[in-house]
Amino acid sequence: MSIDTVIFFISAVVAVFGATMMITQRNPVASVLYFIVSLLAQAVCYVQLGALFVGAMLVIVYAGAIMVLFLFVIMLLNLRGTEDLGASTGRVSRFTKYLVSILLIAELVFVIKSVFIPATTTGIMSMPADEFGNVAPVSKLLFTRYLYPFELTGVLLLVAIVGAVVLAKIDRGDKKRVTDELEESAGQATDGTAG
Amino acid sequence: MTDYVSALSIDISLLYPEIALLVAASVILVTAFLGRIARLAPALAVIGFAVSFLLSIEQWGNPKAGFGGMVTCDDFGVMFKMLFVIVSLLTLFIACRYFKVKGIDRPEFYALLLISTMGMMVMANSTDLVVMFLGLEIMSVPLYVMAGFNRHSLMSNESGIKYFIMGAFASAFLLMGIAFVFGAAETTNLRRIVADFNYIATNHRVYLYAGVGLVLIGFGFKIAAVPFHTWVPDVYEGAPTPVTAFFSVGPKAAGFAVMLRVFIFGFADIGLLTGAFWILAVLTMTVGNILALRQENVKRMLAYSSISHAGYILVALTVGGADSLSTAIFYLVAYTMFNLGGFAVVTLLETRAGCKSDFMELSGLAKTNPYLSALLALFMFALAGFPPTVGFVGKFYIFSAAVKAGFVPLAVIGVLNSFVSVYYYLRVIKTSYFDQLEEGRFASVTVTPSILFVLVITAVGTLGLGFFPQRLLEMSQAAVFAFL
Repeated sequence: MSIDTVIFFISAVVAVFGATMMITQRNPVASVLYFIVSLLAQAVCYVQLGALFVGAMLVIVYAGAIMVLFLFVIMLLNLRGTEDLGASTGRVSRFTKYLVSILLIAELVFVIKSVFIPATTTGIMSMPADEFGNVAPVSKLLFTRYLYPFELTGVLLLVAIVGAVVLAKIDRGDKKRVTDELEESAGQATDGTAG
Repeated sequence: MTDYVSALSIDISLLYPEIALLVAASVILVTAFLGRIARLAPALAVIGFAVSFLLSIEQWGNPKAGFGGMVTCDDFGVMFKMLFVIVSLLTLFIACRYFKVKGIDRPEFYALLLISTMGMMVMANSTDLVVMFLGLEIMSVPLYVMAGFNRHSLMSNESGIKYFIMGAFASAFLLMGIAFVFGAAETTNLRRIVADFNYIATNHRVYLYAGVGLVLIGFGFKIAAVPFHTWVPDVYEGAPTPVTAFFSVGPKAAGFAVMLRVFIFGFADIGLLTGAFWILAVLTMTVGNILALRQENVKRMLAYSSISHAGYILVALTVGGADSLSTAIFYLVAYTMFNLGGFAVVTLLETRAGCKSDFMELSGLAKTNPYLSALLALFMFALAGFPPTVGFVGKFYIFSAAVKAGFVPLAVIGVLNSFVSVYYYLRVIKTSYFDQLEEGRFASVTVTPSILFVLVITAVGTLGLGFFPQRLLEMSQAAVFAFL
């Protein structure tokens, strides 16, 4: 057994373990942390496939940015493990859950049967073309053919940041004025019901 | 080494007007931290727009393409670039005073306006769906912020959130449509799609049609065509009035620019599109006009009226052909003039304390401000399409082109619709001239130089283009011939 295969099996087991733990945890923070573990293990699998770029993106974008965002939202909403999230109540939702799970499993079996069984000669982890999924071909396209859209994306990110700051920055006296107006509109609402 | 630069035709000179706006925006964002200099933001923005306008004029009559066919800098694009700069400049002059009075005068607004205008320019000049989408987003993201710019007002917050959610929804449709088109055509470049159109249409018909339909929905949101108009009244009413003025003209013109590029140039050979546009045009005109009849708020009324005007322009798109399309561009420019003029008056009236632009607030305006109410009447006559204003000339061109091309029922529906619209436009005039209000209810309005400038420009445009439409029509025709 080569070292590659050993690493693959370790990371694959960790990925599945992380995913399972993620959906069985009752504490949302623990759930997110397990998901990150699963993503890191998946990134190792991608790197082994030669898709360095996809692996790096998985770590940077998903584990690094999106999951941290999730963590922030969970902490801001102050969700605790003890709270019932209401996900497993109701007969309809349970039926839908089972239906979707069965469909997904059927789809998985179908795909594995049609794709992997006839292609046994290539093995489970066949290597795609040389430069596939590497930084070089992606960046070559990004900085030549797609230069203009790439630069435009930079402008878009800039304006999104500026916009977010404009809307979120607190000026002196902001709080008072908004509460004033809230009270005013609440007063109007009660007037309306009275009249 | 391969010479990538020449192979990919990277030519920065195509983008000079866009770059000018971006530089001006960046300078404003930096100076915003510099205390006193921050007050120069409007002046800096004006300089940016002026430079960009001059650079656009430079590009007129000198068509070029670059960036691997993603950018096409033809007369069509240049015409729209100039229109966008004019719209933004007038908006800026309308906005200055209003924002000071409302206590929300912050330099970031001008940077957002500049970048939004840049996004429109990118849209008008692109012949690639990816670039078009990015331009649309660069235009839209500042608009969401501008709609919610008055953070002390709940209405403005609601407006920003609503516009953001609906806009994101529309972008998802558009992106899905682009993905389908890419799946069918294996490219997002409109020129290559046109070149291979027969092959794509015979082999990947379903995906192409699905993609084009979704793209139509995405752009339909931006120009506020019925049935994708539901966001318009609330967003227009809640946003700061100068921003509403900008919404009703700028993004609409940009939406029409890309629609012309995509549907008239790119997918011209899809016969179903004429039918789709026919239905959209009739619905947009009729629903917009009928709902406008019942409004008690002038901003909401103008919101529905802007929907119906999009309907008239859709008539020109339905008819197609060089004659009719040039009238669409003509009408867009004309509509900019009298609609911005109308909004300038409404903005000015709203700077009075306690005003929310209800119809009632217009009462007695003719007594307190005779000149202002005369101008308001002029803009309303133009919106309704009375001669000798350019509103009449524009509608006359659109409907006569439709009749010439054999779309008689469509033209008849359009003319009937503009009769309906006379009712609510004249109601504004009636209220301001014949209704009385108890003395001293509202202070009389002081006209500041910046808004006077806007009023003069738009009034001269409305009347001047009405008497001498020839030059503008020739320019519109040159623009249409550039891409047909």
